[in-house]
Amino acid sequence: MPEAIIRAEKIRKDFSTVTVLNDISIELHAGEVLGLIGENGAGKSTLMKIFSGIYQPTAGSLFIDGQPVTFRYPSDAKAAGVSIVPQEFNLCPDLSVMENVFLGEEIRTRGGFLDQAAMRARTRELLAELSASVDPDARITELSAAQKQLVEICKALAHKARVLILDEPTTVLTRIEIDSLFRVLRELRARGLALIYISHKLWEIEEICDRVVVLRDGERVHSAPIADLSPAEMARRMVGRELSDIFPRLVEPAADAPVLFEVEGLSSPGAFENISFAVRAGETLGLAGLVGAGRTEVAEAIMGLRRASGRIAIQGRELRGHKPKDAVAAGIGYLSEDRQGSGVMVPFSIEENVTLVSLPGYTRGPLGLVDRRREVARAQQLKQLFAIKSASTAQCLNELSGGNQQKVSLAKCFDPEPRVLIVDEPTRGVDVGAKQDIYRLINELTAKGIVIILISSELEEIIGMCRRVLVMREGRAAGFVTGEAVNEQEIMYLATGIREGA
Amino acid sequence: MGRIATRNKFSAERYGSLIALAILLVVSATLSSHFLQPENLFNILRQVSYTGIIALGMTFVIIAGGIDLSVGSMAGFAGALAILAMNALGEAGRPEWVGVLGAVAVALAVGTLSGALNGLMITKGRIAPFIVTLGTMAIFRSLCLFMGNAGEFNSTNNLYSEIGSATFLMIPVPVWIMMAIAVFFSVILLRTRYGRYVRAVGSNQRVVLYAAINVDRIVFLTYLVNGLVVGVTAVLISMRFNGVGSSTLGVNYELDAIAAVIIGGTAMAGGSGTIWGTVVGAVILGVINNMLNMAGVSPYLQGTVKGLVIIGAVLIQRRKA
Repeated sequence: MPEAIIRAEKIRKDFSTVTVLNDISIELHAGEVLGLIGENGAGKSTLMKIFSGIYQPTAGSLFIDGQPVTFRYPSDAKAAGVSIVPQEFNLCPDLSVMENVFLGEEIRTRGGFLDQAAMRARTRELLAELSASVDPDARITELSAAQKQLVEICKALAHKARVLILDEPTTVLTRIEIDSLFRVLRELRARGLALIYISHKLWEIEEICDRVVVLRDGERVHSAPIADLSPAEMARRMVGRELSDIFPRLVEPAADAPVLFEVEGLSSPGAFENISFAVRAGETLGLAGLVGAGRTEVAEAIMGLRRASGRIAIQGRELRGHKPKDAVAAGIGYLSEDRQGSGVMVPFSIEENVTLVSLPGYTRGPLGLVDRRREVARAQQLKQLFAIKSASTAQCLNELSGGNQQKVSLAKCFDPEPRVLIVDEPTRGVDVGAKQDIYRLINELTAKGIVIILISSELEEIIGMCRRVLVMREGRAAGFVTGEAVNEQEIMYLATGIREGA
Repeated sequence: MGRIATRNKFSAERYGSLIALAILLVVSATLSSHFLQPENLFNILRQVSYTGIIALGMTFVIIAGGIDLSVGSMAGFAGALAILAMNALGEAGRPEWVGVLGAVAVALAVGTLSGALNGLMITKGRIAPFIVTLGTMAIFRSLCLFMGNAGEFNSTNNLYSEIGSATFLMIPVPVWIMMAIAVFFSVILLRTRYGRYVRAVGSNQRVVLYAAINVDRIVFLTYLVNGLVVGVTAVLISMRFNGVGSSTLGVNYELDAIAAVIIGGTAMAGGSGTIWGTVVGAVILGVINNMLNMAGVSPYLQGTVKGLVIIGAVLIQRRKA
């Protein structure tokens, strides 16, 4: 067997007194895609930060081509040919593609000025190798998420990467974009690059990886060729217990359940047009479509966060006013897709987060004094109800895992006791265990007669949770699928416009 | 990452300014036997109170993610109008106490309206706070200079300056007022819905917007309240000087107020901070000034020291983050 490109031996990492990685050994060969899986907090990101020079290991060693190396700074790792495409893109939005690709490694003329022509030509060449249709002079803000990702990969290639780490690369991509990303990755593998692929989506791992390493609680618990490991087996190894079906049993509203929530002819110029649907009490309506189809925009319009015309009614009563507080007062809640950007306040405690929307209900007197005792009691109740794992409700969210932050965000939307709850990508970046909890919670809410509108880019989630799905395409309603027709094929037909719906 | 580490960091953040003050007091007491005399201490507190009161309002502004550079000019402007109103009441033959009440009412009203003006331009006009208040800083000072023709507004009311130098239980009146406002603001910031929202807006405005809360109203109120306390300071400082120097009153107050807030541990980027921290920050500045005076350092160099302390405080803040 040839020498591994990169090899980690007994890597250990402690943060103060907590060990987050314990004796991890991994090796990676040229032309191989290694899947790295594990629940949130298993240590995947920490390990990758050690590989890319952001953290230094407490103990253990790294070898490149069999030679021991020490990465003190990210630049050391880059110089050794290890590049990472982070989950949150690391691009300057106002600079051009070319300027980003060569940031820090600019090609200069003999006089010391930037050699724009050479950089442009090289960028064009690299983009062509990735068969990406991106203009080297386009500004990053003008690009789609998928294009930004290609720019990140391009940047790594420009720095002569031999090991490319992809951290959750598909969270913002649609199915079609994922397919083309996979084509690019296979091409890179054929060229002899070694890839590390981190994802929560096990079918992706199955499709793209040659070998899988499973981490759990900072330990390497399993390693096997992909052929020997089914997705169900991967999930079981990750959580260390048997997983029954990830999705709870599909529930249907009672046959005589009345229509509770209606949207009629909702339009928002430039975002979407003429969207209508009605949902019965206790029903979960799926809202599917490609990224950019206008699903989130519909949710924002319903919440009064975006200007729109049309009729919105709860129990036949039309919504007056179009400010967010009018929507909340009418009983609508919204779990935003962008958890850290607009969902929770990371430096605040669980208590302060869960009561953010409902705070007026916890205050008294003309000054609006907060009744802390009631607030804490409620937070503890919600912590139980939503299975939030934390030492106490006074703990700040920056000490919680992504999955638990998401549960806090959901608890926050739930506390004002909405009758209609819009959940936008409720399980994005969340591990399997937390996912199950969230699905169970959603079904508990519908069992109480609450209307749930589920927006998701993960089709299996839509299919697993909804009996009826509105598919959107380019800002229009492409059609509904119901009952047995709720499957991947039907939804994709509508979402991509291969078939027009009824 | 380990509860212990978190708690240590938290307490260093919380008590850093208090520890600094304690060290400063010990050093000052050792350097000069005069320092610990009650007379000197009360004098420090009095000097601190004028900009300290503004710093209390500024704490809300900065926690909500804003800044107000116009406070010094605003104090001069509000003070000038207050003196003009009081003298006019005097000429009209009203009793002195009516004049004093009139001055107080005018100063508070002018301060509040000026703050509201800042707040409106920042929220409705969507202009950066730095730019808005830089503009109003120039405007208020210029109006003040114009009205006074760059000279003095002298009070003709004897009662006015008497109140200004009065003490209650040995403690100067302005110090009492600062403490009362500090206690009230502390309750607002820590215990009320509004205080929670102010911190939330400074921490992440989008989360607050998505939580169906009127962000503009919260931000607007921080500037309005700041204007109100500037009005209070305008009254107290013009009482002290028995008038208003149109080119001198309030100059560099924004520096002192912002410095007190930052030294007191409020995050410059917003989201967290305490009122008592600001009080400690203001006292630290006062003690440093007093110490420099007693050590015979040129008053012209005091700005250098102040500047270094502010930059140092922010540097420490950044290290901790």
